[in-house]
Parts: sequence; C-alpha cells; structure tokens
Amino acid sequence: MTSEVNEVLLRSLTPSVLGILVRRGADFAAAEDAVQDALVEAVRVWPADPPRDPKGWLVTVAWRRFLDATRSDSARRRREDLVDEEPAPGHGPAVDDTLQLYFLCAHPSLTPSSAVALTLRAVGGLTTRQIAQAYLVPEATMAQRISRAKRTVSGVRFDQPGDVATVLHVLYLVFNEGYSGDVDLSAQAIRLTRQLAAAIDHPEAAGLLALMLLHHARRAARTAPDGSLVPLAEQDRGRWDTESIAEGVGILQAALARDRLGEFQAQAAIAALHADAPTTEETDWVQIVEWYDELARLTDSPVVRLNRAVAVGEADGPRAGLAALVALDDSLPRHAAVAAYLHERDGDPTTAARLYAEAAQKAPNLAERDHLTRQAARLNARRCR
Amino acid sequence: MAKYLLLKHYRGAPAPVNDVPMDQWKPEEISAHVQYMHDFAVRLEGTGEFVDGQALAPEGTFVRYDGEGRPPVTDGPFAETKDLIAGWMVIDVDSYERAVELAGELSAAPGAGGEPIHEWLEVRPFLAAPATITE
Repeated sequence: MTSEVNEVLLRSLTPSVLGILVRRGADFAAAEDAVQDALVEAVRVWPADPPRDPKGWLVTVAWRRFLDATRSDSARRRREDLVDEEPAPGHGPAVDDTLQLYFLCAHPSLTPSSAVALTLRAVGGLTTRQIAQAYLVPEATMAQRISRAKRTVSGVRFDQPGDVATVLHVLYLVFNEGYSGDVDLSAQAIRLTRQLAAAIDHPEAAGLLALMLLHHARRAARTAPDGSLVPLAEQDRGRWDTESIAEGVGILQAALARDRLGEFQAQAAIAALHADAPTTEETDWVQIVEWYDELARLTDSPVVRLNRAVAVGEADGPRAGLAALVALDDSLPRHAAVAAYLHERDGDPTTAARLYAEAAQKAPNLAERDHLTRQAARLNARRCR
Repeated sequence: MAKYLLLKHYRGAPAPVNDVPMDQWKPEEISAHVQYMHDFAVRLEGTGEFVDGQALAPEGTFVRYDGEGRPPVTDGPFAETKDLIAGWMVIDVDSYERAVELAGELSAAPGAGGEPIHEWLEVRPFLAAPATITE
C-alpha cells in the first residue's frame, strides 16, 4: 500500500531529529513535544505528498512547531535569538545524538517505568496512546508519566556521558514485558537495541541484542493455538526462526571474542546452546551449567541459581538438581515449580503433583498458572488410574 | 511496573481504628472523605500511576447457568455474605513497596471527627503477562 506512511522509517528517524533540535538549543521537553507533533503531521501529510528528504522535512516541521510553541513563552526573546542563528536544516551528528538520547531517557534519576515510557516515546517514536495501550493504562496516566519523566531529566545536560548498563536494563524491561495489544514491544525493543548496538561499541549491548534475537526466534513456538504456554522441552523446534537464531549467534560470537563478559552475553550464550540443540535430550547441559556458574558469578542472583538447579538436574540427574535446590530459599519465585519438575523426573509423582499445585498458587501470570495446574492435574489423573 | 488492586471492603476486612458507620458522620465529614478519595485519584493520575477506580453498590445478585434453553437462575442478595466489596482502585507502580505505601495513604482518608479511618485495604497483585525470558 503506497498511501501508507512508512512507520518504521518514521520511528527510526525520531531520535536523530530530536537530537538535532536539542543541539540547536531547544530544551529537551519542548523539543520532544515538537517532534511528536511533526510525526503526527507526517502521518497526515506524507501519503498524499511524500517528501524527498523525510528527515529534513521532519526537522523543519518540528523546529517550526517548537518555535510556535515557545514563541508565547516567557523565554520568547531567547528563542528568537536562536532563530537568528538557526543552522541550515541538515544532518547533524545523528549517531552521537541518538546515543545521548538513550542515556537521557534511561537516566538513573528516573524510575524504571518512567524510563521505559520516555525511551519508547523519545527514542522509539511511539505515541503516548500506543505506549498506554501496550502497558494497559489510561492515556492520561501515560501522558503524565512521560511529562513527569521529562521534568525529572530537564536539568540533565544533554552531552553528559551516561551509563550503558542503565540503558540496557531499560531495553531489557521493554523486551521482557513481551507482547500485548497492537504494539509489539519485543519487536520495538529489538529495533531500539539494534540501533543502540550500532551507535556504541559495547559487548554487552551486542550481548543483549543477541539475547533478544535468540528468544524472539522461539516466539511462534512458545504458545499453543489456544494461548497456553509451551515449555522449551515441548516446543516444535521446526517453528523456531532460524534466521533470527543465526543472526543472534553471529552477534554473540563477535561479542564474546572481545573477552569482556557480562550478564547479557552469558544469558545469550545459554539461549544459544538451547537454540543449537535439535532436541532437549541433545542439549549441551554441561556447558549450560558452566554458563550459569558464570552468570551466578556476574550477578549473584538467586533466580540464576534456581535456573542453574534445573540445568544441573538435566546434566547430572534429578537428584543432583534437587541437591542444588536445597541451598536455595524456597520463597523464591518458581522454586516450587522447579522442585516439582525435578521430583517428577526423580520418579516421585505424588510429591511433584503437590508441588505443581503449590507452584500454581504462586504463579505470577495466568498462562504459567494454567500450565502448572495442568501439570498437577496430569500427575493426579495418572495416580488415580 | 506492576498492577495492583486496592480493594475496599464493606464487610470482611478487620475493623478499622476509627470505626464509626458513615451514616453517623457529620455531612461535612462525608464531603471531606469524598474529596480525599477524589484528590487521591487525581494525584495518582499526576504521578502516572492511576489505572482505574470504581465503587460498587452493596447489593448484588448471584446468577448461574441452568441448562440449555433455560433462563439463568438468580438468587440473593444475601444479607449475610461475609465478604462484601465496596470498590477498588487499580494502580500501576514500580514496586510492591510503592503499592503498600499508596494503600497506606488511601487508608488515611478522614472519617468521623475528621480523623483518619485507618481502614484496612486489601492489596492484590494482578497476574501479569508471561515474561519473554524465563530460563
């Protein structure tokens, strides 16, 4: 359809257009509003009258909107001084600006939910309505969240170097929230991480991109037609996206060769070992356990040690897995689910059924709860026969 | 980023500290209470944490399926129902701690004598969408 605006192009231009406005002296909050206005205008005008230079068009329109909006402001005189020295519309240092925007939108002074919302709007070019729909909150609430976030970072200097780790964490959150509504957050997260990895030479940015691609590759196989969850072991591996896997593995290998290991590379390595196995049985569980050891060393996270217990159960048998579990706090999320699985493998369906039912009670989401309840029901039915 | 339900009970929750039935408050105390609830919702919209707030009528009807081609059976209302929901607020916050903090503030709504009711509110997490990365 030629009459439709290329939304992917539009969104990808957002951060560099915003960066140019900020470089010209516009304050971030006002510039961000002006860019949103320009995007809306583009969606309206472009189908009938496509510009030859989309980015130049957006810069011109956004800049005009910015001037219109601030003309009546108390800052009027200062703005008008700016107009006089307005540089010719052109292509500024786009990569650098984009990177600065990532830092700003993931600034440590923001709460995770604000950083996520601001990143999706200012870097991702999504509208407030789209972000609100994706997170199932009213548009007015999301608008307030975004404008508060903008106020919070209003004092931050745009050229201040930021922390890549906070940016990666925000992108990870966007990806992991998954998919709800019209906006595919996982796909957005991949797009933004890809853009970041291109703008900065950082093995963990590459590691996160690889991790996302490897998990995204399994998406079609993760849910049954009725919406129920299909665990890794039972997934139809023929439905995994081999192209996405190949890309993820390639990016990961290049990152690992840099010899600056981080948690995202380690997680991606585990995902790559799963992706590499034709069946669960043929999975290289010994190597997966080693990667979990690395991950535990890097993060000291109890959730990692819980997942490690599952891998130990596969590598060295369920007894070894249960032994690894003993050291862990049983109030950990999914502890009962892991224990249930290992007890079943160990030939104790009675204990497993009880633990599956207990795990279902504590499940953090409906799909998981239904899955665990079915596991308990399956074992109970077999016992009654 | 998680949603919580702040649940207010007519009955079924432990007794509040300032335990005077609303019909025995002064009219201006009722107004102050209503205003407090309204301001709280507005403030939460301002912080980007408000999702929804609703009040329910106390009387409800039980309904069930009664077989193919037959109208549903209705029953009740039951005056003796132990647990009775008065209304709720849904919030979207960064942490459980924040949800508890906000519930604490909501529970401070003024009642008889203009004093906080110290009403017990139930905080229940929503079951979220499954995370993408689980292993």
